[in-house]
Amino acid sequence: MCGIAGIHLRDESLAPQLGSFMQEMVEGIVVRGPDSAGLALYGDHDRLPEDYSSVSLLDAPDDIKERVSQKLPDADVTVEDFAETTFIRAKVKSQELANVVREVAPDAMVIGTGDDSVVYKGVGNPMDLRETYRLADATGWQGVIHTRLATESAVDAEGAHPYSVGNGLSLVHNGSFANHATVRRDLEDKGIEFDSDNDTEVAARFIAYQMEEEGDDLDTALKKVSSALDGFFTLLVTTEDGFAVARDEFATKPVIIAEHPQWVAMASEFQAIAHLPGIEDAEIFEPEPGKVLTWNR
Amino acid sequence: MESLTDTTVKIDLNEKTVRELNAELHAPTAKSYKVSNPHGVHSVATGIKDDIDVEIDGDVGYFCAGMHQKGNVTINGMAGPGVAENMMSGKVHVKGHASQSAAATSHGGLLVVEGNASTRCGISLKGGDIVVKGNIGALSAFMAQAGRIVVCGDAGHALGDSIFEARLYVRGEVKSLGADCIAKDMRDEHRQELVQLLKDAGMEDEANDESYINSFTRYGSARTLYHFNSGE
Repeated sequence: MCGIAGIHLRDESLAPQLGSFMQEMVEGIVVRGPDSAGLALYGDHDRLPEDYSSVSLLDAPDDIKERVSQKLPDADVTVEDFAETTFIRAKVKSQELANVVREVAPDAMVIGTGDDSVVYKGVGNPMDLRETYRLADATGWQGVIHTRLATESAVDAEGAHPYSVGNGLSLVHNGSFANHATVRRDLEDKGIEFDSDNDTEVAARFIAYQMEEEGDDLDTALKKVSSALDGFFTLLVTTEDGFAVARDEFATKPVIIAEHPQWVAMASEFQAIAHLPGIEDAEIFEPEPGKVLTWNR
Repeated sequence: MESLTDTTVKIDLNEKTVRELNAELHAPTAKSYKVSNPHGVHSVATGIKDDIDVEIDGDVGYFCAGMHQKGNVTINGMAGPGVAENMMSGKVHVKGHASQSAAATSHGGLLVVEGNASTRCGISLKGGDIVVKGNIGALSAFMAQAGRIVVCGDAGHALGDSIFEARLYVRGEVKSLGADCIAKDMRDEHRQELVQLLKDAGMEDEANDESYINSFTRYGSARTLYHFNSGE
C-alpha cells in the first residue's frame, strides 16, 4: 500500500501557495505509507532559478560540491542535503550537469534530473520529511508526493518514489507489476540501463523510452504501459509540461481526481484533497478502469 | 432506549476524533446525532447497533457506516470506498456519490445512493439491498449471492460476473455482462419488489409510474457455473 497525491495548477498565479496545498495533502496519505516519502516539484524558482538545472543523488561523496565545481567552475554550483538526497544545482543544462555528476561520482545514484524540476527522497515519517523538504515553502506549478509502505523491497531511499528517469519525468506508483522482468529484458536489449530491481523503475524507463526514442506524447506512452505491463497499478506520471494518471483494467488501486478551473489534483484518498481551495466547486470523480487521463500545461 | 434524550447531539470532527464519535454512537445517549466536518476521514459511524439516526454533513472516507446493524445513517456528501460494507440491517443513505465497493458483502438493510456508485458496487452481496439513482461502475455485483440491486442509470462492464442468486434491476444501459449473468424476464413478483425497493428509497413518484417500472431490465444468474462442467 502506498499513498500518492499530486497537484497541477492551471492558474499559475496560485504558484506561491503550492507548498501549503501539498503540506496538507501529506496528512491525507501518510496513513497509507508511513516509512518513507519522495517529492517532485516543478517550477520552484527559489530552489531552481531559471537557467539552472538540478541533479538529485543518493550516496553522494562528501566532497561532491568540489568535484562538480572543478568541472563546472563558472556554473555557480550549490549543494544541499534533504534527508538522504543530495541536491545539486548549477547554471548549465541538466544533461551537462548529469554527465558531470556521473563522471565525478560514479558510485552515487542519480534519482532525478531536471531543468524545471527537483526531486527528493528520504526514509522516515512523511510528516517529519515534509519539514526536512521545507514543503510548506515550496512554490511552482506542479507537485507530487508519495508516501511508501514497503512491501517488495527494503525500506531505503532507493525504494522510495518518485522514480525519475528521464529529464523531469517522474513516476509514482501504487501497485505492482507481474511481468516487469520481461519488459526489463526487452528494454535492456535496446540498451537501456537500470539502477535497481524495482518493478516501478521498469515502468518509468518504459515510458521514458517511448517518449524519448519513439517520440510518443505522455498520453500515448501511458496507453502503451497498459498493454505492455501486466499488474495492478495506479500511476501518476509528471513531466516538465504534463500531468497524467493511468489505471489498470481491474482498478483495484484507489484514485480520486478533482478537476477545478484553477487546478487538477489526484490522490489515493479523498481526504488528501478535501482541504483544497474550491474543492466544493470541483468535479470529483474516480477514473474508469483502464483509463489514461492527461493534462498539459 | 427509553433513557435516550430527544435532543439531537452535535459532534464536530474538527473538535473530536472519529474514535470518540464512534464510542458515543456505540453507547448512545441520544436518539439522533449530527456530525460535522468529516473532511474525508475513515470509519465514521461504523458498527452502530442501536436504533438511532446519524446525519453527517460533508464527505466521508473509507468504510463509513460499515458493519451497520440498526438505525439510519445519512451522509450529506460523498462516501469513500466500502460505505455500508457488511451492513446487517437498517438504512444508509448517501446524498452524493459513493466510491468503490459500496455495501460490499452486506447481509441486510438498505443502501441508497443518490448519485453514482463506483466500481464493485455490491460485490459479494449476501442479502442486503442497494438502490443507486445514478450509474454504477465496472465489476459490480461480482459473486453477489443474495439481495437486490436497483440501478436507475447505467451499469459498467462485467455486471454480475459469477453471480449467484442476487437480483439486479437496471434501467439504463449495461456496458457488458460478466460471466454467467444474463437478462431475465420481469415477472409480477419482480415488478412488485422493484416498486417496493424504490418506495423504500424514497422514490414514491417513480415507484407509482408504470412506464418507469417498465423501463427496467432484470439480470441474474444463468446458473451454468453452479456445477462442474466436464465439457462433454
